[in-house]
Amino acid sequence: MRHTISVLVDNKPGVLARVAGLFSGRGFNIESLSVNETLDPSMSQMTIITRGDDRILEQINKQLNKLIDVIKVIDFQSGECRFIGRELALIKVNVGDHRRAEILSIIDIFRGKVVDVSRNHYTVEVTGDEEKIGAIIDLFKPIGIKEIVRTGTATLPRENKPE
Amino acid sequence: MKLNGAQILLECLLREKVKVIFGYPGGSVLDVYNALYDSKIKHILVRHEQGAVHAADGYARVSGDVGVCLVTSGPGATNTVTGLATAYMDSIPVVVLTGQVPTRLIGNDAFQEADIVGITRPCTKHNYLVRNAKELPGVIKEAFYIARSGRPGPVLVDLPKDILGKTMDFQFSDKVNIKGYKPTYKGNRRQITRALEEILQAKKPVIYAGGGVILANASNELSKLAKALKIPVTMTLMGLGCFPGAHPLSLGMLGMHGTYSANMAVTNCDLLIGIGARFDDRVTGDLNAFAASAKIIHVDIDPTSISKNIKVDIPIVGNARDILKEFLEDIGSKKVKMSARKQWLDEIDSWKSKHSLAYKMDKTIKPQFVIEKIYEITKGKSIIATEVGQNQMWSAQYFTFDKPRKFLTSGGLGTMGYGFPAAIGAQVADPKATVIDIAGDGSIQMNIQELATAVQYNLPVKIAILNNYSLGMVRQWQQLFYKKRYSHSTFEKHPDFVKLAEAYGAAGLRATKPDEVGPVIRKALSIPKPVIIEFIVEQEECVYPMVPAGAPISKMLLL
Ligand SMILES: Cc1ncc(C[n+]2csc(CCOP(=O)(O)OP(=O)(O)O)c2C)c(N)n1
Repeated sequence: MRHTISVLVDNKPGVLARVAGLFSGRGFNIESLSVNETLDPSMSQMTIITRGDDRILEQINKQLNKLIDVIKVIDFQSGECRFIGRELALIKVNVGDHRRAEILSIIDIFRGKVVDVSRNHYTVEVTGDEEKIGAIIDLFKPIGIKEIVRTGTATLPRENKPE
Repeated sequence: MKLNGAQILLECLLREKVKVIFGYPGGSVLDVYNALYDSKIKHILVRHEQGAVHAADGYARVSGDVGVCLVTSGPGATNTVTGLATAYMDSIPVVVLTGQVPTRLIGNDAFQEADIVGITRPCTKHNYLVRNAKELPGVIKEAFYIARSGRPGPVLVDLPKDILGKTMDFQFSDKVNIKGYKPTYKGNRRQITRALEEILQAKKPVIYAGGGVILANASNELSKLAKALKIPVTMTLMGLGCFPGAHPLSLGMLGMHGTYSANMAVTNCDLLIGIGARFDDRVTGDLNAFAASAKIIHVDIDPTSISKNIKVDIPIVGNARDILKEFLEDIGSKKVKMSARKQWLDEIDSWKSKHSLAYKMDKTIKPQFVIEKIYEITKGKSIIATEVGQNQMWSAQYFTFDKPRKFLTSGGLGTMGYGFPAAIGAQVADPKATVIDIAGDGSIQMNIQELATAVQYNLPVKIAILNNYSLGMVRQWQQLFYKKRYSHSTFEKHPDFVKLAEAYGAAGLRATKPDEVGPVIRKALSIPKPVIIEFIVEQEECVYPMVPAGAPISKMLLL
């Protein structure tokens, strides 16, 4: 199972190395990782996407909690906690003369933006959940993608809906 | 008052009630050594930094206090890695203070610079690089707190030279508040009640006790519980001594070299009560066959140990002592009648009657016989350290430990060279005790240099070398599983261990025949100095019972 885990850590040198070392040392895998300072600059928020069976996920959660610099771990797939996850991708698409319109309409559908233009390329900025990013990439592939970079998912738990 | 960083460090150590440091000086810690010159804290100058960490570890195991080590940067620091990994695997509270190059040089490949915080991240419970002089008192406070609380473990503090030399105003910190570290001590009430219901209902319960019982000082509570409810107890290598080994309810050690009765009892029980043990592969063998028809209760302070290898039915996270106390209160005056347990205890007796710990006497000295003799002559009262290999397993099998903190062995990492420096640390912690390192002829040569330390500080540690002219445990595996192809496991040349002892200023004795064993042990114990006793033992002796790696623990090779 694929899990999204949010980890609140002390904002100190070496903390990322501790978390990354835990994953590599114990043979857990990281599919995506993003780290940023929180509102309180003494803490950082990591979002880790990982994969494993129940036993491995249980170990990942417990081992993360065991690190002294880790303050809180939320595994969004365990329990009822609903969350919003978004990432940003920059995609450099090849543009032949006759495909500009097609590309622009795809960008429009996905509410993306062209942030850089050259004779042969558009650089497209798009945000969304992983699925949406995956979908736009799939549409661009047959047209031709030169380069791509993704930030990894950032997550926040959802607030309860008003009754 | 203004002090420099080194003086502040020593003040902090005094506040942590540190009495002794095991260390080795060098450029980046000269300020600390300068401050030590007038300090109340005793310093033991070892001969290798690995020895310093093992000695601090041995000191901690015997005293229950945090062991402290001080070394220089670079090679001094990297020499501590094996000691740290050893202490980490066995959850021993040690604080290692390493010098570091001055802050402004960090990252420049400066002389004797090593990224020791990076190197030791996976083999310490936590580690620190002090980046700012003001942090120093707080970091030291936290380091000791982390080392001794929760599941104990080693903590390393890296101290740049400029910080140690800097004179400054400072404030001691008395409180520790680490947001991400709040160990759980009290067990969950509902889980305790559920567990007790299972315990009272079980027909064939077994307690499986590990080093956590010793670390939590919970031996008394464990013994009371086992005796009140007539539950047989088996111990891991790390748990030996947490329940009196000579008591009829004791099954001895379980696992790869466990007793027949312990392994059969665990295989056939209907309830396994794990306390402060971690279902290590050397204990469980084939996981699918381990206590296969039993419910499992697991008491441990470290949540990551629970359901890591084996799915547990009733987990209880917390301190073994606190939880056992709650069990005892709940039980109150309830006692289980002997008759209710008779069938189970009879079954266990039938397994015990196999006498799986046995060996045949011969014209050569049997290593097991040496250990039995040491036990007999010291009346079981000595502190025993071991090296790793056959010597370690025979010590665990043939020396009956009645009390905790009397058996020092590298269980998790299996570090050859651990025993002798650990014995030195034990002797420092308990100067009146008889401390004996039971060694192999291979292992002892890994930290033999510490004989100079023992002689210098008049630490009368005894070293019993079971000399089989081989790396016995390696040879045993080659003998049993590699068609006796003894590839690089036998020694063609050894030093003369008796002369070696004498060269160091210790005493040396040798026994080559069984009837010399007793007299030589008595003689060694009467010499108020470190003594090497070399026993020339049977070369091809194997440790039995043995469960081949990965097999069910009920499938033992017996003699
Ligand atoms: C530092 C280290 N290196 C290698 C090993 C692998 N090893 C385990 S037991 C053993 C043999 C130990 O030989 P010896 O000390 O003579 O003890 P014996 O088994 O003969 O009692 C070896 C090499 C180890 N445990 N530790």
